[in-house]
Amino acid sequence: MSQYNEMNPAPHHYGHHFESAEHEFTTAKQGMWIFMVTEVLMIGAIFVGYLLMRGRYPEAFHAAHQVLNVKLGALNTIVLIVSSATMVLGVSAAQRGNNKRAINMLMATIACGAIFCVVKYFEYSHKFHEGIFPGGMYHYEGLTIPHVPLFFSFYFVMTGIHAFHVVVGMALIFWTITRIKRGQISKQFFTPVELVGFYWHFVDLVWIYLFPLLYLLG
Amino acid sequence: MAHTEHAHGDNYLNHEKGIWSWMTTVDHKRIGLMYLAAVLFFFLIGGIFALIIRLNLMKAGAPVVDANTYNKLMTYHGAIMVFLVIIPAIPASIGNFVLPMMLGAKDVAFPKLNLASYYIYLLGALFACLALFLGGADTGWTFYTPYSIRTSGAVIMVIFGAFIAGFSSILTGLNFIVSIQKLRAPGLTWNRLPLMLWALYATSVIQVLATPVLAITLVLLIFERTFQIGIFDPALGGDPVLFQHFFWFYSHPAVYIMILPAMGVISEIIPVFSRKPIFGYRAIALASFGIALVAFIVWGHHLFVSGQSELANFIFSLLTMFVAVPTGVKVFSWVGTMYKGSIRFNAPMLYAMGFLELFTIGGVTGVFLATLAIDVHLTDTYFVIAHFHYVMVGGTIMGFVGGMHYWFPKATGRMYNERIAMWAFILIIIGFNLTFFPQFIAGSEGMPRRYWSQLPEFDLMNRLSTYGSWFLAAGFIVVAYNMIKSAKSGPISGPNPWRALTLEWQSPSPPPHDNFGPTAPTVTQWPYEYKGANV
Amino acid sequence: MNSVIGKAYAKGWGLPLQGSDVAVMWDGLYWFLYGLSIFFFVLVVGGMIYFAFAYRHKEGRKTKYIADHHTLEAIWTVIPTILLLVIFGWGWSVYKAMVHAPSDAMEVRVIGKQWSWTFQYEDGRTETSKLVVPLGKPVKLVMSSQDVLHSFFIPNFRVKQDVVPGMYTSVWFEAKVPGEHQVFCTEYCGTTHSGMLATVEVLEPAQYELWKAGKPYQLTGVKTPSHDLLVAGQVSARLANANLPLPEQGAKLVQAKGCVACHSADGTAKIGPSFKGIFGHEVELVDGSKVTVDENYIRESIAKPQAKVVKGFNPVMPPYTKEMIGEEDLNAIVAYIKSLK
Repeated sequence: MSQYNEMNPAPHHYGHHFESAEHEFTTAKQGMWIFMVTEVLMIGAIFVGYLLMRGRYPEAFHAAHQVLNVKLGALNTIVLIVSSATMVLGVSAAQRGNNKRAINMLMATIACGAIFCVVKYFEYSHKFHEGIFPGGMYHYEGLTIPHVPLFFSFYFVMTGIHAFHVVVGMALIFWTITRIKRGQISKQFFTPVELVGFYWHFVDLVWIYLFPLLYLLG
Repeated sequence: MAHTEHAHGDNYLNHEKGIWSWMTTVDHKRIGLMYLAAVLFFFLIGGIFALIIRLNLMKAGAPVVDANTYNKLMTYHGAIMVFLVIIPAIPASIGNFVLPMMLGAKDVAFPKLNLASYYIYLLGALFACLALFLGGADTGWTFYTPYSIRTSGAVIMVIFGAFIAGFSSILTGLNFIVSIQKLRAPGLTWNRLPLMLWALYATSVIQVLATPVLAITLVLLIFERTFQIGIFDPALGGDPVLFQHFFWFYSHPAVYIMILPAMGVISEIIPVFSRKPIFGYRAIALASFGIALVAFIVWGHHLFVSGQSELANFIFSLLTMFVAVPTGVKVFSWVGTMYKGSIRFNAPMLYAMGFLELFTIGGVTGVFLATLAIDVHLTDTYFVIAHFHYVMVGGTIMGFVGGMHYWFPKATGRMYNERIAMWAFILIIIGFNLTFFPQFIAGSEGMPRRYWSQLPEFDLMNRLSTYGSWFLAAGFIVVAYNMIKSAKSGPISGPNPWRALTLEWQSPSPPPHDNFGPTAPTVTQWPYEYKGANV
Repeated sequence: MNSVIGKAYAKGWGLPLQGSDVAVMWDGLYWFLYGLSIFFFVLVVGGMIYFAFAYRHKEGRKTKYIADHHTLEAIWTVIPTILLLVIFGWGWSVYKAMVHAPSDAMEVRVIGKQWSWTFQYEDGRTETSKLVVPLGKPVKLVMSSQDVLHSFFIPNFRVKQDVVPGMYTSVWFEAKVPGEHQVFCTEYCGTTHSGMLATVEVLEPAQYELWKAGKPYQLTGVKTPSHDLLVAGQVSARLANANLPLPEQGAKLVQAKGCVACHSADGTAKIGPSFKGIFGHEVELVDGSKVTVDENYIRESIAKPQAKVVKGFNPVMPPYTKEMIGEEDLNAIVAYIKSLK
């Protein structure tokens, strides 16, 4: 195994229950799509919860969302869009067998993810400093309308779970880079890169919904 | 020395030896057996809790445990049975074993993911059981707020266990859908798909779409307890009824995850033992998806007296009625299959017939509960408990035990003892009806559920029910004895003792590691073509 | 509705007695469903058993290759659909009668809390565990919870509704049968969920007026099914334990009556004070006053637990009536508490 690396990838053996490498690839993609559907259901449920509560306490939610830092949110949106672009470039490089470029693009994607997390860290810590916590621990003097803490409960849970998925995505990309370096990815077999790409685009897409919903519409 | 002669030498059981080979296996057949062992273990635990509950209720004023212990027992009985037994029972154990073989495939689409699903299930179970030793939970398996937010105990750990186990269900469903779509053998068109696979397909769709909603609901509940996020807590402006909506949005489809596979098993057994094609193949396949669809739009019937609006009650009651139509179509079709057949009463057929009796009662009592006015009096009483035990135990468990007997020769290469199986069945069917029918009566008379101490006016029904539970337990013990003894020393069964026509029976019993050898079988006919020499 | 008035209010087998016209309507629908269920059970299971017998395997038997029958399948799809729509419609109409209170209904407020029911009348008076209403007049209960979910269920009137913290829900009924009707809590609410009982006392007009005036009144009519059984049960429990010394009888009773849910015997304060070492000592009450724990204090705290609550504890203990804990039981419990030095 040690003679294989990103410049000299190993030949790929598809699973014994598949008829061909193509069969394995299309099957893997189908599995990934179904997994994305399950994530949509999970997110959908909490979006529904948010919309219901927003409908119940419109003034509180409107007042609360104005406390959010739209500039940082917008910055993070741009960062994630850029990361999706680098991801696309990384996947297409892997598809063409250009493993060195693939690694570079994937590392750029991780870097964007890291920037996202750092910006998020500043956002959250500023909020905590002000006393803005989810639900019962909320003690921000600057906004005391009843039910405002409920907005922040949703804010922290939704952006927090999203950030968790970003971190998981970064780990997955790192693992993919490791596999490329070990010579396990080639023009004949780039499925892991493709699937991690799906995942990353999905995480980006969720943020594209979250940002306007929480930061702009309120 | 007949008992050492394994069919055809190398098979999946002796392909690799040693416990490590089992723990790291990606062979769907071995994974299915490992799930079976775990499911049966948790069935035993949940069953023991049930027996204690029934002992406690046997006589008013004579409890056997104190109220707090009782409340934990009833919570754990529900949580273990729902999350660790009934949901995985047929899909993860029988389904894992049989599905690839029925497809003519060498394995499921994602074998490593399959093994991961198993360990995820065990991890979830571990958290739930650990929680029991750290204070347990006394919230009921439904975790309604705000009580579940306020009560002390290891509630978060139990919920976390259920959350993790849910991913096992999701990933198994995902694996099955992709397997059925992508790994069908040459000639296996949709029109020739066995009904067991139609059932598992519909089940998997529900698993994939509904379980994530439970996941987020449980996560939010954990955050309620740790960070007081307040979404479900009225003291913080939240809505406890919203929790019920989220919870039942999963948990109602979940009951169809439980019953559809059992219906699949029945659809396989009855034609084989009647030597006749299944009646209404297309209707049954369509009905499986019809049920799966309706499953998602009726959850509000668990909230008829929760304080939700009259309009919601109207809609949910009307929609719930419709689930009875495809269900009825299936039941009539199964009985219709027996007409002008040539019926043999081996154990699988006995369990299929037992299913028909018990599931019919469970089904018609569901119509009672779907009827708005009627549900007002009957909800939260023992009538509901009787209804869901008739469908979940009388339905799913009968399908599970019948399926275990049916595929026993395939998995072990040996035959169980028919006589012992028959006696176990008799104990189970008598025990089951004696345990749960009195509960319909007690519930109609007003006996509430989740009561540590019941009033003396319900003593007679409670006593009968407890006696029944002893017969039921005895029946299951006899089944276990039969299975274990026959697996070790039952007579050799041959590859296809039932002369069934689905693909899995074309392999040796027990099957080799790759199911069919190097070349996949080809399908040339409908799997219920019982005519001519096949009769 | 009119066909229902004038019916005898009976106790059907398997159903509670019919305490109101709504109950009579409800029972009619229930028995229709029951009859329909029996019909389909006989059809399906009877058919199955008949086929099992008639078509059991015999040597040389040939089976008929029947894979479908479109007419039959259409029939058994369409007819159940129609039946289900009829059932839905009937259920909806009875439901409307069950939940739409008449506009002239008298209102009583109900507060559910762990683990008792409190009733607040229009004249401001409150009572625990006992709802007093007049015979033949519509009553609307407006309910809310102080803590967790509960549910208010009166089997004889076929009414039930969850009692939710943070919102009001309601039920209504017009009692046609005088006497005592059982109330259960039917939404699991914790340790003493099964002890959260109450009764509805339906009074004849004259007696109701007496009650309203705060004078002693008479309750005539039906009793709850367990009323006599509970009393009898107490007797037989005592007979069973009669050979035991009184403190040991008391130890069994505090288990059976549910006291142990809140009161420990080892000194640990739970929801209520521990029994250990309490007898004969002075305790401070929530209002600052002091009282000695003697036989009378125990008697009072069992019958009227809110009267003298020990400081540091909440007034959440439900009352136990004479029927629930009679004189002999009380003596045994006092002896038991005395014995815990």
